[in-house]
Amino acid sequence: MASALINVPAKAKRGDIIEIKTLMSHIMETGFRHTATGEVIPRDIITSFACRYNGTEIFRADLFPAIAANPFITFFTTATASGKFEFEWIGDNGFSETASASITVE
Amino acid sequence: MRLAGIILVSALLTADAIGAEIPPAERRSGTSFMTPDTKAMQDDDTANPGMLWVLDGEKLWARKIGAADKACTDCHNDARTSMKGIAAHYPAFDKTLGRPVDLQGRINLCRVNQQRATPLAYESRELLALTAFVAQQSRGVAIETGSDPQLAPFIANGRELFMQRQGQLNLGCTNCHDDNWDKRLAGSAITQAHPTGYPLYRLEWQSLGSLQRRLRACMSGIRAQAYDFGAPELVELELYLMSRAKGVPLEAPAIRP
Repeated sequence: MASALINVPAKAKRGDIIEIKTLMSHIMETGFRHTATGEVIPRDIITSFACRYNGTEIFRADLFPAIAANPFITFFTTATASGKFEFEWIGDNGFSETASASITVE
Repeated sequence: MRLAGIILVSALLTADAIGAEIPPAERRSGTSFMTPDTKAMQDDDTANPGMLWVLDGEKLWARKIGAADKACTDCHNDARTSMKGIAAHYPAFDKTLGRPVDLQGRINLCRVNQQRATPLAYESRELLALTAFVAQQSRGVAIETGSDPQLAPFIANGRELFMQRQGQLNLGCTNCHDDNWDKRLAGSAITQAHPTGYPLYRLEWQSLGSLQRRLRACMSGIRAQAYDFGAPELVELELYLMSRAKGVPLEAPAIRP
C-alpha cells in the first residue's frame, strides 16, 4: 500500500518560481538495525527520486540509509509551460512508484 | 443505585484532593507546545505524513472483505458525512459488551460482526489507516466523549489509573500531566496529555501510532508493566483522557515530536 502525496500549484504565471512538495510512504529501513535475537534487519530504502517536467528531467536525488521514513522532498522550479510533472521513486527490493501532477501556465 | 451514586461522588471528591485538575479554559492541545516547524508540518496536508495513512484508509473503506463480502461504504456510505464528528464521541459505550470500546475496537467489532472477517492486529498499518481515515472526518470538532451516563463508572476507573502511582519510578500520570505540564522533561515539553490527534505521527516513531501505543510508552517510561494492547484498562484510560479533554478540538492525524 504505497501512496504518495504531491503538491504542485494548479496554476502559475509564466516565469513564476513554484515550489513542488512530494511525500512518499516508505519505511526506509537502514540495514544497520538488529532484531531482539541479533539478526540484521535487511536494508530497505528508496535509492533514487526523479522529477520530469514535460519529459525533461528537472530534479534528481539519491537517497541514503540516514534519511527518515516517508521521505519528504521539496524543490523549486520555474513555470515555463503548461503540462505535466512526473515523479518516480526507485528503491530496494524492486520498489518502484510513480505519480504525476498537471499545471496550467498562463 | 442511589447508594452507588453517592459512593461514586464521594470517591471523586476524595480523588480531587490529590491532584489539581486543569480548568477547562486552560486546556491546551499538544500542538500548542510544538515548534513552528512541526506545527507547519501538521497543518499542511501535503507535508503531514499522517495523510499517507488517511489515503490508505480511504481505499480500505471501499474494499469489500470477509465472508459477508461487504465494504465499510456498503453500510456507512460516504465517510465524509457519516463519520463526521464520530471520533469526538469515542471511546463509546457498547451495549452488547457492556463496556466502552475505542475507535480501533469499534472498527474491529464491525469487521468481525458485519463483514465476518478476522480482526486487524493492533498497530497494523491497515487498522491505523482505517482509524486515521475515520478520525480525520472529525477534524476541528470539539471532543464530546463521556456525556453518556453509562460511561461514568469506567471514567472513574480510568481516572483512578491516571492518579495512581505505579512502576519503579513510583509516578502517576497526574504527577506530570496535571502538576507539571508547564515544565520540561529532558528538553521535551511535558504537555497536558489531551489525546486530540490520535492516531498521530510521531517523528520519533517515524510512523503513525495509536493512543494505546503512546500510553504503553509512557508506562515503560515510568518503569511500570504496560497493559497489553486492547486491555480494558487502556480503554478506560483513553476514555478518561478524552473526557478530560472535553471541548478541545480534534486534529487527527496530528504530528508530535
